[in-house]
Amino acid sequence: MAGKESIRTPLGKVRGLGSAKHGAGHFITQRVSAIALLFLVPWFLISLIGAVRGGYDGALVWVADPINAVLTLLAVGTALYHMRLGMQVVIEDYIAKHGTRNLLLILNTFICIALFATAAYAVLKIAIAA
Amino acid sequence: MSSWTDKRPMSPHVSIWKWHITMAGSILHRATGCANYVGAAVIVAWLFATAAGPDYYEPLSAVTGSIWGQLILFGFTLSVCYHLLSGLRHLFWDAGKGFNPKFASTMGAIILVSSLALAVAIWLLAGLVPGVDPLHMTGAA
Repeated sequence: MAGKESIRTPLGKVRGLGSAKHGAGHFITQRVSAIALLFLVPWFLISLIGAVRGGYDGALVWVADPINAVLTLLAVGTALYHMRLGMQVVIEDYIAKHGTRNLLLILNTFICIALFATAAYAVLKIAIAA
Repeated sequence: MSSWTDKRPMSPHVSIWKWHITMAGSILHRATGCANYVGAAVIVAWLFATAAGPDYYEPLSAVTGSIWGQLILFGFTLSVCYHLLSGLRHLFWDAGKGFNPKFASTMGAIILVSSLALAVAIWLLAGLVPGVDPLHMTGAA
């Protein structure tokens, strides 16, 4: 670092650590899931609307179809993953209070995982019973 | 502002910041992202109700089929369409393309209009608008 002045704070130098927020990994996974959703979401929207028009029986037949079941799990799983990352940024941006922020971040993770478990249970139950 | 004595330039604050379409687009991207969070929970509730049986499915379908339910679902469709198109633009921005201010403003307006057009198109094609059923989907399922 000779001849080049560091912009790190004295406290940062003592700690010797970078940012602990996994910024690059977050950035990349957010984009990769976005690219997948560009394809999954239009299919899901159009296909789902067709399914709900058939009432309860139509919905059951639609989810039971092997291709629909796999693509639904992919679409819902990717969407939940993407929105957990997105909501995390929103919480980090607006909630400055340490305790509240951590509580909301944990809640965000719990909600997304709970929703995924519910979706996985529902799709697998219908698809395997069919 | 009279109490402000610091002579250094103040950071532009939202209250004195002129509204630009790119700014509105950015705020909308985040707002629709949050709305889609709630919408995803509704989709999962629908999947669960389908697995749990008609006792769960019918009450949910009564709510989503009501006029308020339909309005909210259309809002959700619109929200997804906007977030999708705006998100696509974000991917181009990430690649370093589309930062020219004039082009960015034009694209902001195009994305706003096309997300509304896309949402309307999806509902029209799916036959969700009463009396309009171009693909004859009613009774097909």
